[in-house]
Amino acid sequence: MGALEELEDVWHEAKADTQFQLELAGHRRAFVGRPTPLYSATRLGEHFGGAHIHLKREDLCHTGAHKLNNAVGQALLALRMGKKRIIAETGAGQHGVAVATVCARFGFECTVYMGTEDMRRQSMNVRRMKLLGAEVVEVTAGTKTLKDATSEAIRDWVTNVRTTHYIIGSVVGPHPYPEMVRDLQRVIGDEAREQYLSVDGKLPDVVIACVGGGSNAIGVFTAFLDDKDVALVGVEAAGEGVRTGHHAASLVGGRPGVLHGSYSYVLQDRDGQILPTHSVSAGLDYPGVGPEHAFLRDAERVEYVAVTDKDAIAAFKLCTRLEGIMPALEPAHALHHAGVMAREYGPGGRILVCLSGRGDKDMDSIDGV
Amino acid sequence: MVSDTGRARGARSTRSKLDQALRADKDLKLVAYIMGGHPNRKRSIEVGKKLATSGVAALEIGIPHSDPLADGPVIQRAGQAALEHGINVEGCLEVAAAIAAEGTPVVLMTYINPILAYDPRKFAAEAAQAGVAGVIVPDLPVEESEPVAGWLRSASLDTIFMVSPTTSAHRLQSICEHSSGFVYCVTVTGITGARKEIPAGMKELIQQVRSHTELPVAAGFGISRPEHMKALRGTADAAVVGSAIVAEIDKGSDPVKLVKELLKACR
Repeated sequence: MGALEELEDVWHEAKADTQFQLELAGHRRAFVGRPTPLYSATRLGEHFGGAHIHLKREDLCHTGAHKLNNAVGQALLALRMGKKRIIAETGAGQHGVAVATVCARFGFECTVYMGTEDMRRQSMNVRRMKLLGAEVVEVTAGTKTLKDATSEAIRDWVTNVRTTHYIIGSVVGPHPYPEMVRDLQRVIGDEAREQYLSVDGKLPDVVIACVGGGSNAIGVFTAFLDDKDVALVGVEAAGEGVRTGHHAASLVGGRPGVLHGSYSYVLQDRDGQILPTHSVSAGLDYPGVGPEHAFLRDAERVEYVAVTDKDAIAAFKLCTRLEGIMPALEPAHALHHAGVMAREYGPGGRILVCLSGRGDKDMDSIDGV
Repeated sequence: MVSDTGRARGARSTRSKLDQALRADKDLKLVAYIMGGHPNRKRSIEVGKKLATSGVAALEIGIPHSDPLADGPVIQRAGQAALEHGINVEGCLEVAAAIAAEGTPVVLMTYINPILAYDPRKFAAEAAQAGVAGVIVPDLPVEESEPVAGWLRSASLDTIFMVSPTTSAHRLQSICEHSSGFVYCVTVTGITGARKEIPAGMKELIQQVRSHTELPVAAGFGISRPEHMKALRGTADAAVVGSAIVAEIDKGSDPVKLVKELLKACR
């Protein structure tokens, strides 16, 4: 709790500090590669019956996903707090790579926790992290995925809290993480909204993003929350189908509970034990979800749906073939749902999808199918 | 069983059973930890009963959780094994009732999600019914402890909160004010599991706690050896030993032997 209080204070100080904001903006421009483009996916739109589909190209961020937005911001905070060492958990490996990258850039010692199962699925990202100088610690406990890697990172943090900063990769965990990670990711939506208006003079009908922990989704939704006419849809991983029990759809198929220090929707059995999850995409394979998504669901501001492995893989292939853009399997879930909504809206429908990362890392998962 | 307790904060006219049992006289008191349902339900009752009558001041019984953030590998594995044998909150309350019948005070330790899933009001009532004296929930910070702590109090259960070496001064005071039964002093920054030495600064931390409360102070996490008992005697009221006992049970040996050895060093 002491470290969380310190973090909250430092974060609020930094947020109000012009110097910090300028520094962050500089790193976003020159290191992350922002602003990322807004891309008109015309062939995909045609394929889905004539809707206008735009993609926010977070796949073009340095290291290949939106995760770096958060990692850069928190690395600057760690410098401010005088911490020497940074730890992180990772599922798909994109957050781990982003953290290993900022540690190389700013000279931090770096340890990344990753489940055995995810190390197998995402071996290329393991190699990238090691080349960047990070120690990758294999987590063999529990389900051997993101949930257990997060638990292990928290255990490391409470043990080494005086020297170490923990960069959580999503809008989960105890306060102030969900709020801080949202603030660092909202650049996605702020840019996208401005870009959309400048291209079209109007706002989209709907904004769609995939939700695991939910950081890219919160990042893009936050800018549109006050635009009452813009529908917002979060897409979770239905795995083999929500009814089969083999899924990772916490908001669609879970109940309120506490996981990793926040009260939100959680996949759990009747005794409050956290259930194993399944998704073809390691980045969505998490039994909890950011507490702000729970609020947005209950407030009925955002609609949450779930898309199966099969549909996500089909959307992955479709986007690759029609647009020459290979999406990560995570946003491929959102792309599938964009197709569903495109047919609903018909020609002229205006759809914005957050393409949160690129798909090179998923080659092995796709080949296996 | 715990009806003689009054725990209006600040004005403690009657001391709770735990408060009485854990107060060091000449000797350091010992609290032994076992995991409910580990290695299986029957055996955990047998071991618990034996430990309860071995001279310990209180027995702490863990209710397993799939994601035990505060626990090291030994207790994690014990919890996983217990869950695989099908134990749940209800089963652990039965284990606790059987052990509490021996007369030694029983404290439950678990995480907040199993309590929320069970229904905290029902949990409090049934724990009291089982003869439990107090409850420790390591992932329930004092700032977020209501209404659960209120339900525990109204069932006459002690609510034990934890302080650690990184707890800030203002939180330390608040934790002492909200605790009853005893204050749990985490000796290390980190998780449960036996360690070689008790860290420097332990004395100062316990002294700080004592400046805010009259409650007994128990030290835990990393405590496993007779030397540790000697180091804590005269500083803490009680020592909590967990992983070292659970490791004995894992090996199939009798943990009472270890407890006797530790008790000798408490005198």
